[in-house]
Amino acid sequence: MKKIQILGTGCAKCQKLAAVAEEAAKAIGTPYELQKVTDIKQIMSFKVMSTPALVVDGVVKLTGRVPTIDEAKQLMG
Amino acid sequence: MKPSVTSLSSIRLCAVVFGLAVWWLFYRHLAEFAGWLTHAVFGLERGSHLGASVEFFVFEAPKVMMLLVLVVFGVGIVRTFFTPERTRQLLAGRRESVGNVLAAFLGTVTPFCSCSAVPLFIGFVTAGVPLGVTFSFLISAPMVNEVALVLLFGMFGWKVAGLYLGLGLIIAIIAGWILGRLRLEKYVESWVYENGTPADVAEGAEVPALRWSDRLQAGMVAVGEIVGRVWIYVLLGIAVGAGIHGFVPENFMASLMGRGAWWSVPLAVLLGVPMYANAASIIPIVQALLGKGAALGTVLAFMMAVIGLSLPEAIILRQVLKPRLIATFFGVVAGGIVLVGYIFNFVL
Repeated sequence: MKKIQILGTGCAKCQKLAAVAEEAAKAIGTPYELQKVTDIKQIMSFKVMSTPALVVDGVVKLTGRVPTIDEAKQLMG
Repeated sequence: MKPSVTSLSSIRLCAVVFGLAVWWLFYRHLAEFAGWLTHAVFGLERGSHLGASVEFFVFEAPKVMMLLVLVVFGVGIVRTFFTPERTRQLLAGRRESVGNVLAAFLGTVTPFCSCSAVPLFIGFVTAGVPLGVTFSFLISAPMVNEVALVLLFGMFGWKVAGLYLGLGLIIAIIAGWILGRLRLEKYVESWVYENGTPADVAEGAEVPALRWSDRLQAGMVAVGEIVGRVWIYVLLGIAVGAGIHGFVPENFMASLMGRGAWWSVPLAVLLGVPMYANAASIIPIVQALLGKGAALGTVLAFMMAVIGLSLPEAIILRQVLKPRLIATFFGVVAGGIVLVGYIFNFVL
């Protein structure tokens, strides 16, 4: 089970990243769990400086932008 | 590098060069094109109200849109050379005066979205970037932006655009310096400093080495994103401007917002702060005010207040700053904007 976390305080780009991540995860076909982290203290515990950020299994994979679905698949796979 | 990647990037490069050539050709002949379209195709008389308005629109709208695409593309590429992490590295431990100047300049080229102002603020101050220097960055990043500059350049010429850029930087530098002098660290929420220093690059985050084709790609993405969001406001603004150009008598607003009315600058700033808009969407208002004889300083002050300071930003920053610090921040920046407005109106 992959744990996907989207860090962001709820801006438009964060929603977009969540959608892209979900689609990529479905395309890969592994079971996953998607969580949106919106609390700023929790976000800062990942030591990121720009949101939105994509975290897979506790590892920060991408910050500050929305990837393409292909790129997201690579980051998760 | 795989051969397919190479050929793909050279195709992309050729496309960019070709695009620039076509752009230049079109841009040079826009005025003739607009005149021809208005008088020969639409059959409007030279010197008529409607003719003047239509010609203004069919000239200005493509001109500004073309400038916008080119500049946003260029800035999109420039921004791939800067990340918040690298900017922080450049600013950490700087002395205040030099730091303020550097922060104001970096604020204009570092990718920044006001929605991530809080993580950025925490990342800066915990890494040892002085508070005042951090503010210089936070002031210049939203206020001096490429869309505002293109619109000002397209509609009022390079002098006004240059003044906006220069004065925006000066406000960011001086306001940040003053805020640093005021020793306001105690008004930062205490949990901010308890977090420890974020790593230079987020742990485990992919930092792919960018190729030129990636940077060009980033430029295209920026065009799609930014131009896609603002084009409607730009056209609206030019349409309003076109109407004014043809129909409204000059000096209509002169008594209300002209040089003579001393209270117009603070009033413009006071009205501007609670408004939240991107640079593009206030251009219709700016156009309308200036076209009717409002003073340039007043209008620029209004524009700076709208895009540089906003209530939503204050609410976002409330998570890390105590109300007193937010009030001081807004007060100092608003004061700077008012001053700039006066300098424009009375000195120049």
